[in-house]
Amino acid sequence: MSFVEYGDTIKDGDTAIVFLGHESMFPVKVQHGTVTQTKYGVIRHSTDLIGKKYGSKVTCSKGGWVFILHPTPELWTMNLPHRTQILYSTDISIITMMLELKPGSIVCESGTGSGSLSHALIRTVAPTGHLYTVEFHQQRAEKAREEFREHGVEHLVTVTNQDVCKNGFGVSNIADAVFLDIPSPWEAIGHAKSALKAEGGRICSFSPCIEQVQRTCLAMEEYGFTEINTLEILLRVYNVRTISLQIPDLGQAAEDNSSSGFDSSNPSHQGSPCADLQQGTVQFKSGVPLREVVGHTGYLTFATKS
Amino acid sequence: AMEGGPSPRIREGDCAVLKRDDVFKAVSVLRRRKIIFEKQWFYLDNAIGHIYGTTFEVTSGGHLQPKQEVEETTTEAKEAGTDNRNIVDDGKSQKLTHDDIKALKDKGIKGQEIVQQLIENSTTFRDKTEFAQDKYIKKKKKKYEAVITIVKPSTRILSTMYYAREPGKINHLRYDTLAQMLTLGNIHAGTKMIVMETCAGLVLGAVMERMGGYGSIIQMYPGGGPVRAATSCFGFPRGFFDNVHEFPLSRVQSVLCGTFSSEEKAVLHEDTNGLPEDRQLQPEEEPAAEAPMEISPAEEQDTTDISAEDGEFKENREKENKESVREKQMKQWERRKKLKEAAALLRERNADGLIVASKFHPTPLLLSLLEFVAPSRPFVVYCQYKEPLLECYTKLRERGGVINLKLSESWLRNYQVLPDRSHPKLTMSGGGGYLLSGITVLLEKGSSEGRDSQAPKVEEEPASKRCKLQELPC
Repeated sequence: MSFVEYGDTIKDGDTAIVFLGHESMFPVKVQHGTVTQTKYGVIRHSTDLIGKKYGSKVTCSKGGWVFILHPTPELWTMNLPHRTQILYSTDISIITMMLELKPGSIVCESGTGSGSLSHALIRTVAPTGHLYTVEFHQQRAEKAREEFREHGVEHLVTVTNQDVCKNGFGVSNIADAVFLDIPSPWEAIGHAKSALKAEGGRICSFSPCIEQVQRTCLAMEEYGFTEINTLEILLRVYNVRTISLQIPDLGQAAEDNSSSGFDSSNPSHQGSPCADLQQGTVQFKSGVPLREVVGHTGYLTFATKS
Repeated sequence: AMEGGPSPRIREGDCAVLKRDDVFKAVSVLRRRKIIFEKQWFYLDNAIGHIYGTTFEVTSGGHLQPKQEVEETTTEAKEAGTDNRNIVDDGKSQKLTHDDIKALKDKGIKGQEIVQQLIENSTTFRDKTEFAQDKYIKKKKKKYEAVITIVKPSTRILSTMYYAREPGKINHLRYDTLAQMLTLGNIHAGTKMIVMETCAGLVLGAVMERMGGYGSIIQMYPGGGPVRAATSCFGFPRGFFDNVHEFPLSRVQSVLCGTFSSEEKAVLHEDTNGLPEDRQLQPEEEPAAEAPMEISPAEEQDTTDISAEDGEFKENREKENKESVREKQMKQWERRKKLKEAAALLRERNADGLIVASKFHPTPLLLSLLEFVAPSRPFVVYCQYKEPLLECYTKLRERGGVINLKLSESWLRNYQVLPDRSHPKLTMSGGGGYLLSGITVLLEKGSSEGRDSQAPKVEEEPASKRCKLQELPC
């Protein structure tokens, strides 16, 4: 396996995702002779994992079972060890599309952070593109290099440990796209422009605060970027539930207990509703929004160099 | 390179996109072809050779001329009011009449100058606040300055264009929703994807862009053939289509239950009998339908054909006639070959993902097409409405073999960012559809191990039991 190429069976050295159920999962590094503890008991890598198909159900020592999944950037994003605040797949999706990334694209990124976006970028530009990622925090840069090695994508990425605002991306005139997720992106717009190809390219800056966006937009305009556009994307997740609503007793039950009258007078229910007047409830399927959701991650400002 | 070595310059025959403000239109770059866009007409001849992203002005006679960067005339000291307490809307603030403006336009005066004249002849302009003046100028510029930019097509541009211009043709799939699909589906180079869409080929094009010509795509289509109007706007190099297969939905069941090859033979037999020269379809004689084609049947056909022609027909018209029949047969033969290839790819049941975005009810599509997908692979279904996805969710849970099911929708908010005037844009899209996504896992049949140790040892568990089993890990 690697993060850019699917494999069928689990091999020694792979990074796999142990799926315990409902958003509960974690990554493991598969190694001969190693064991992993789960709440359902122990998983022995040599016998339980290596050689098995990805997507298999693996029975743990206490008799419970888990699924072992092939890693993807999206699963990694949900499970990676946080060293910083990270970007999630909803933002990553629109960033990837709006930067027009595809196999062969050359991308510059700063900062590397925990590598959530980096993995997604590498996946998209492989096998002929490249990611130049800049991280000013030495330990984080080193950790990112290590992860890229473990995930079999080191040939697709160059991690540079420097301050992008002072020293830029370490490359010039080669990038198709630049992405910035730093506290003062306006200080890096000049460097971004020189990293982009002479014939042009796309840029994106992610900032949580509108004041940052304000300054970034001014800098972009100053440096001649066009098509400057700021947007925000939010994900709304729905739980699928069967809902039962009680039918009020209006004193009619005794008079008329055929359900046909009720059904025709109630067009609001959807799916395959089931009215049971004996029990006095109506059932229907509903997509129920979560009680609390992410209301803001950051503003995304896109622009074109042409 | 497989990416098709994109030229940064506009070439004749290219697929390009015209852009004016936020309005897009896809066109083919052809000489001496009149284009009408945003109430203007022009020719693209002069654009050829310029770099993509160049902005042009439309001059009289419909010629395009690269726009010169002009310094805004900010030499004169700006005069502006502080509020609008004394501005009265009497409808007489503009001294130029409709006819005056029309006359200016007819004289071929540049839009920029018209805007300047409008400003000079507005009695209230000086009293407007600086912000209001800005807004006034922007509005007039938009109306009178005829500039267009020519850009390279991409998923970003085409999906934005389709959503704005023809949302009905793409089932109201908003571009950010499409972006989610590509990411949730882990679309990348080297994968084997199944795509079922009725979005004019936009989703197919988006998947092709992300795969960059590496890997393979099997497009499932309803009716007589796949619609690829939007796909052709991408201007992909021809090589990108080598590994794009197509397969009719109506034959899915026959592949699933293993009757596809025998059906195929029956069809061939029928067709062969109906054709004037059944000899030409000989290559179909191969014993097993799955056996790979060794000989090049096209060559073989050529030889038989020529000899037949020599002996029998001299007259041109008949020859032409015959050639068109032959061409038709060739095409048919080609199509059958591709059909069989696609069926063989499906039969391997090892696809790396499934993308569905259609006008059809998603449940039957999912229940069947997931059979072709390998375990531990993502799938994404788009639907304009939430309700069918609720049902699809329930049915998938009953079926099993899927985990991490998620029903979602994305919201997109655009902002105006200007000094002291930043706020969300006035209007936003009301809806861009819903997604149901998940991951496939190995579907175990009849096993009763694991947490559910009291499960009866029956080969086929009752639906309710299976449902319960699946609910634990999901």
